[in-house]
Amino acid sequence: MSAADTTTPAKAPPPTAVPPPPPPAPQSRKRGFSGTPWLLLAPCLLVLALVMGYPLVRLVTLSFQKFGQSQLWGFLPAQWVGFDNFTGVLNDGEFWAVVVRTIVFAAGCVIFTMVGGMLVALLLQRVSGWVKTLINVALVASWGMPIIVATTVFKWLFDADYGVLNALLSKLPGVDMIGHNWFASGPQGLAVIMLLVVWGAVPFVVITLSAGLTQVPAELEEAARLDGAGAWGVFRYVTLPILKPIIVMLTTLSVIWDMGVFPQVFVMRNGHPEAEFQLLTTYSYDRAFVVNDYGQGSAIALITVLLLLGVVAVYMRQMLKIGEVE
Amino acid sequence: MSTLAPGTPRRSRAGWNLLGLLVFLAAGFPVYWMVNTAFKPAKDAIDPDPSLLPTGLTLDNFRRALAIADFWGPVGRSLIVSLLVVAIGIVVGTLAALAISRFDFRGRKVVIVTILAVQMVPLVAMIIPVFLLLNDLDQYDKLSGLIITYLTFILPFTVWTLRGFIVNIPKELEEAAMVDGCSRTSAFIRVVFPLLAPGMVATSVYGFILAWNEYLYALMLLSQEHQTATVWLGNFTTKHGTEYAPMMAGSTMMAVPIVILFLLVQRKMAAGLTAGAVKG
Repeated sequence: MSAADTTTPAKAPPPTAVPPPPPPAPQSRKRGFSGTPWLLLAPCLLVLALVMGYPLVRLVTLSFQKFGQSQLWGFLPAQWVGFDNFTGVLNDGEFWAVVVRTIVFAAGCVIFTMVGGMLVALLLQRVSGWVKTLINVALVASWGMPIIVATTVFKWLFDADYGVLNALLSKLPGVDMIGHNWFASGPQGLAVIMLLVVWGAVPFVVITLSAGLTQVPAELEEAARLDGAGAWGVFRYVTLPILKPIIVMLTTLSVIWDMGVFPQVFVMRNGHPEAEFQLLTTYSYDRAFVVNDYGQGSAIALITVLLLLGVVAVYMRQMLKIGEVE
Repeated sequence: MSTLAPGTPRRSRAGWNLLGLLVFLAAGFPVYWMVNTAFKPAKDAIDPDPSLLPTGLTLDNFRRALAIADFWGPVGRSLIVSLLVVAIGIVVGTLAALAISRFDFRGRKVVIVTILAVQMVPLVAMIIPVFLLLNDLDQYDKLSGLIITYLTFILPFTVWTLRGFIVNIPKELEEAAMVDGCSRTSAFIRVVFPLLAPGMVATSVYGFILAWNEYLYALMLLSQEHQTATVWLGNFTTKHGTEYAPMMAGSTMMAVPIVILFLLVQRKMAAGLTAGAVKG
């Protein structure tokens, strides 16, 4: 283990020649190696090493191997092929289309989720109690819905022939959406899936931001108003800076979740997403389990993880900061 | 509570309320439509110009849903998996959460970063090695294999959430108990544990929901005959199309218990999630 934690405020008394004042807790030692925390951590770390560490190593090794049907059944040993899987993937025009599509899709989801969540959280501060209760009930119900259920419900709402949405839209003057197939084109279909993702993600953002908004001191807002700040000014210079840690945390989490969208696309397209619906997750899955090229599938998954590393770093810093407030 | 300063010439409360009602309708409509379709007579449920209001109450769609494919088997399997995953996760997670929130030791930061990093890896990226790994261990199509796999996301979640709850319990309480002659362990059991219990319950329930709702691993790691509740919902879509009304009945059966559980714990969870995020 590295001794990388020199910045934590020492909680145990610093090592000095003077014995610490009594009564010392039986196990509280000087800073340095102490068995107790490691004993407490051991089961957790062991489980994580088994369920996460090992598969992760396997993912990396797989992406440098030729691993197909015959290797799966054990007829042939896995062959090391160097960077072949990566060059194969990176030279594939389709792959780049998928990368761009995934980034655009995830960015759209994150922006709509965060902006929508912020607006609803601010709205909740301004409505009467009974409206607030209604909104909260609707939010918790949509948040609590299993993703898979939400997906089937949206499939039903947007159904071409019997979906309520087409019927409702057609009631508008001059609009005829009867029988409109939302999934005939990739962009439109992905927009529906984006709506589903945002609908499911907004509640978490609203509730977390609402909790944060209660921590914004009313005096500060009042003072800003007295100084002549408008609603936007108060939000921009008082509310936003205070909420920043939460916003950073929620945004990074959203990026990670929205880059990992899988069941929504998979179920909407009945288990076989068409080419224009492929995101990195489904693409990697197809390459492995449909084409039986586990090596390339792993390479794609690994590239996805690497793409997310930057985002993860930001999240980590924020969480460590939060973790230090103890 | 309103934060509108009195006398600000702003849109009146009624305007905000109207906007709020629109948000309520938009957020709630899919849930309403699911339940509404589930209870409609079949001919009304499948209507090109559906009535927005309930047209009658019938349980036919539920009967049909239960007839299409075995429902209780998958539910039982989901229960077993979710309960066991949470039980393991809470025990192991509480110990780990105590270590990172109550001890200062060399490598603490590394451990925290590791636990956070694990949470950040998209599950989908892991499905290939996990599938091959379980294949090698002869754990494919076994509930035990699925339980092991679910710990990947349940364990980091429980550790981090419980950490939030523990941090909110003042250290001084334990210290006082230790001054009064308790050992560290008994101070924890007598002082911290009672205060932590509600947080543990909320974390367990939420962890249960996470495990219950998981779809991809359940689909990939179990065969059709051992499917779990989430995968069961896929039975309504066949080559001949989708049976929407029974599917909505099935969805309602899946969702309602979970939403109720969720209602019970979400407030507590939100409090734990934001612990220490704003103070400072």
